[in-house]
Amino acid sequence: MSKILENLKYAKSHEWIKVEGNIAYVGITDFAQHSLGSIVYVEAGNEGDQVEQFVAFGAVESVKAASDILSPISGTILEVNQEVIDSPELLNENPYDHYLIKVEITNEEELMNLLDAVGYAEVAK
Amino acid sequence: MYDKLIYEISKKDRIGYSLPNDDVGHFDINESLTRTISFDMPEVTELDVVRHFTRLSQKNYGVDQGFYPLGSCTMKYNPKIDEEIASNPAFTKIHPLQNATSVQGALEIYYETSRLLSELTGMQEFTFNPFAGAHGELAGLMIMKQYHMNRGDDKRTKVIVPNSAHGTNPASSSVCGFDVVEVGSTAKGTVDLEALKQVLNDEIAGIMLTNPNTMGIFERDICEIAKLMHDNGSLLYYDGANLNAILGMARPADMGFDIMHINLHKTFSTPHGGGGPGSGPVGVVGKLVDLLPNPRVIKKGNKFDFFHSKASIGAISGFWGNFLVVVKAYCYILSLGKENIANVAKLAVLNANYVKESLKDTYKLPITGLCKHEVVFDGLIHGQATTLEVAKRLLDYGYHPPTIYFPLLFHQSMMIEPTENESKETIDDFIETMKIIAQEALKSPELLHNAPHNTLVRRLDEVKAARTPILKYKDLLK
Amino acid sequence: MYKYFPHNEPDIKEMLQVIGVETMADLFTDIPQGILNRKNLKLDKGLSEIELRQKIGTIAHANKQLISFLGAGAYDVYTPSIVGALLSRQEFLTSYTPYQPEISQGTLQYIFEFQSMICELTNMDVANASLYDGATATAEAVFMATSQTRRNKILVAKTINPRILDVIRTYTKYRNMEVIVVEENDCTIDIDDLQAKLKDDVAAFVVQYPNYYGMIEEYQKIVEWVHNNKSLFIMNADPSTLSVLKTPGEIGCDIVCGEAQTLGIPLNFGGPYLGYMATTNQLLRKLPGRIVGMTTDADGKRGYVLTIQAREQHIRREKATSNICSNQSLMALNTVIYGSLLGKKGLIDVAKRAYSNAHYLYQKLLATKKFVAITNKPFFKEFVVQSLIDINKLNQYLEAKGFLGGLHLGDGKYLLCASEVRTKEEIDKLVNLMEEASCTIN
Repeated sequence: MSKILENLKYAKSHEWIKVEGNIAYVGITDFAQHSLGSIVYVEAGNEGDQVEQFVAFGAVESVKAASDILSPISGTILEVNQEVIDSPELLNENPYDHYLIKVEITNEEELMNLLDAVGYAEVAK
Repeated sequence: MYDKLIYEISKKDRIGYSLPNDDVGHFDINESLTRTISFDMPEVTELDVVRHFTRLSQKNYGVDQGFYPLGSCTMKYNPKIDEEIASNPAFTKIHPLQNATSVQGALEIYYETSRLLSELTGMQEFTFNPFAGAHGELAGLMIMKQYHMNRGDDKRTKVIVPNSAHGTNPASSSVCGFDVVEVGSTAKGTVDLEALKQVLNDEIAGIMLTNPNTMGIFERDICEIAKLMHDNGSLLYYDGANLNAILGMARPADMGFDIMHINLHKTFSTPHGGGGPGSGPVGVVGKLVDLLPNPRVIKKGNKFDFFHSKASIGAISGFWGNFLVVVKAYCYILSLGKENIANVAKLAVLNANYVKESLKDTYKLPITGLCKHEVVFDGLIHGQATTLEVAKRLLDYGYHPPTIYFPLLFHQSMMIEPTENESKETIDDFIETMKIIAQEALKSPELLHNAPHNTLVRRLDEVKAARTPILKYKDLLK
Repeated sequence: MYKYFPHNEPDIKEMLQVIGVETMADLFTDIPQGILNRKNLKLDKGLSEIELRQKIGTIAHANKQLISFLGAGAYDVYTPSIVGALLSRQEFLTSYTPYQPEISQGTLQYIFEFQSMICELTNMDVANASLYDGATATAEAVFMATSQTRRNKILVAKTINPRILDVIRTYTKYRNMEVIVVEENDCTIDIDDLQAKLKDDVAAFVVQYPNYYGMIEEYQKIVEWVHNNKSLFIMNADPSTLSVLKTPGEIGCDIVCGEAQTLGIPLNFGGPYLGYMATTNQLLRKLPGRIVGMTTDADGKRGYVLTIQAREQHIRREKATSNICSNQSLMALNTVIYGSLLGKKGLIDVAKRAYSNAHYLYQKLLATKKFVAITNKPFFKEFVVQSLIDINKLNQYLEAKGFLGGLHLGDGKYLLCASEVRTKEEIDKLVNLMEEASCTIN
């Protein structure tokens, strides 16, 4: 059973999003880190990049697999979490404590396309 | 255990070579053009080098010393007569750009081998320019794309690939600019005809198949599949990785395939060399011959020559492919001859079915019935250890493990291919060992969890290797 | 019975019984009747070793071994005796790709040493385990650049081997990438044309070093312009020259690739050869092919594994940057044995000899007055001259005397090479023959 937090929203592709006003923090879920195994490398775009909902902006790699990371929201990347880039294993330790990017949201209505914890629990079986 | 890098046995001023006296006189290179950064290569004697690499070789395992049940790899015996013949200076000391008149022997070998492979597969002509199977796939897909472009049909942007296919198939399709459409398999592991009909439309350029498929099962509906594809205006590509199962018994062109590649280092016994050089010749039916990569070898009267076709997809190699590998394959075909060639498939299929029957009470057999030259199991029936653990434990018994985790259809895949060279005794020993390991998994599971125990190095930390890459000697000195 | 098949009648009978069928034919009932044994194959009877040696011996006789003064991408080099001896060891020759690292440490370590050698020669951060050949390696470098920059135009110098340009064109043709050729001037890159073509949709500029004519071009300014344009600089470089010439790393290359045949691999009529590729740390994750890394085992012992494999075809499938599944392992072993044996001093020695031989030949050719200089730009071991003798007839004359002349580039332009293996005697003989020829021809 993978861990799912109540107060977050989720994308089907196993990313989580925490919204604070018009700023969002984006990361990967417990299900994602568990499926991948020990994460060895993370690519999360650059400050200033435009991201689009459900479009890949980066990738996460383990020894056995590589997966694109899709943004759950459209906007501009304000910050890339360098800590995770430097120590990818943090994502295995606690995927919800370590975001990948901080985004300035351009269209709040897009949040309606995302799942809540209950909805995501169906996907992350 | 010897554990030194060549750099670590280097000692100042040692040399390992000798060259003739240099008497053309002194010519200086302009200093502005020269290297200023230090050049740190080893300084060692000839014996240092010989001992170093001899000791390295002793950490490897080759087909000459033991069984290699790797599914999909066809690790058959590499005949030494083929090695001897390929080492002839008349083959190793000729320049690829010599006038055709001075290399008639080399051109004859290319021409004749193409003729023999065509006879065996039903194709019209083969090119030997591709260096490996994956390279052949790429060339074959380029031919497919060009064929449709020539027809003025630019809608054909997709290629169908079964979800059981080898990873190179979708990768080659992408590298060639195609989109991949996956089609599912039946419970028997064969292409689902109904699912296939669903995805057929005017955007489909072709389908990539191997037959028997990656589960070792023959696609019995292949003629129907071919008709469906051809009626749809699409082509069929044959991945020749499993050709050993039908060599001399059935021909891909007769099944309806239009383009194919062969892995000479699999079906035609050329050595794997630790990962190359191989050779992936591509064969096509008559209407596609002009599209083959340039140049081709043709015969005019009793003379051979290179021919550049204007309709060709172009060049895919610096020169003419891995010539010496083709020489070895040619020798192999000539050695087998008509009377033995059909026995390759017969004995390979006999061996695989024997393994299947002998292990099906210990390992899960997801697909029952006849297999061809390889058999896929889906882990232990009692499930008390993973396929990976069984594979690592096999190393302790001196075996190279079978192919694991492929095909992706099954979670604990284990693919076993005992080639026609392997005797009943060898196979019986292997079967016995697999049964012993299955028992160990129940009685002393820690033997498997921490396997291997007896090899020169034990389980290696792949996570560490990927997280902190050390990819050259100087990374160590940092 | 046959020498490669161990099964006798009792074996077959027993095995069929276990399987639960009567005959061998019963094992092929899954193949439709219309396909099974449809054709009576037109093959000859199998040949014994004795007959095979005779037959191929006759075929081999129709190949002429010549004293080579031809380069153009394949060079006559010194292959030390230990190379053949070590390569024929069954543990190297008959082993599989090192996917089970515990029993492939030999292969993995020599590939690690190969990667180290390539980085040392090119002065780049990281190298892969090799690719098929220099031309396809260059095409792979182009794909790396388009993937990294997300641009789809490639500039290629006209001074690159035309066959390599052909391969790049073929590879890019089916992927909506455009190849634009940058013109040449005086056997080197036309700087003005380069500047005009460096637009913001250019992913990379590809050059050859030394170039197709053997010339050493001036790259400092070029690299600056390319980087200012946010494009990548790709160099196809002859590694045997890099023990002496300014390295691609010093020049500021992003991706270096090329043909490593010049590191002790015989001519082999064009194959097997060895492609190599090296790049910067930034582009590591875009490197195609295999990479070997060092690590430790469960007991803390040093060991080697294939690493950073998530990029590869068997994991990323259609998202892979390349479809390459193998390398040319045994040829990488060939070059790492060569490089280790010759070592620091030998690799410099060999490069200097090639340089001297070529310059001695050049001097002698100009002195005959039958050949005229085309350019004053510096060259390494290959050069172009204008021939006043009909080149085709000249080459025919030379071949009859056991020599392989240079390549006719058209319009009387003659591309010649004198590698490190050529002796003063051979060079003097060649020039004499050419003078002889000029009297009988024309």
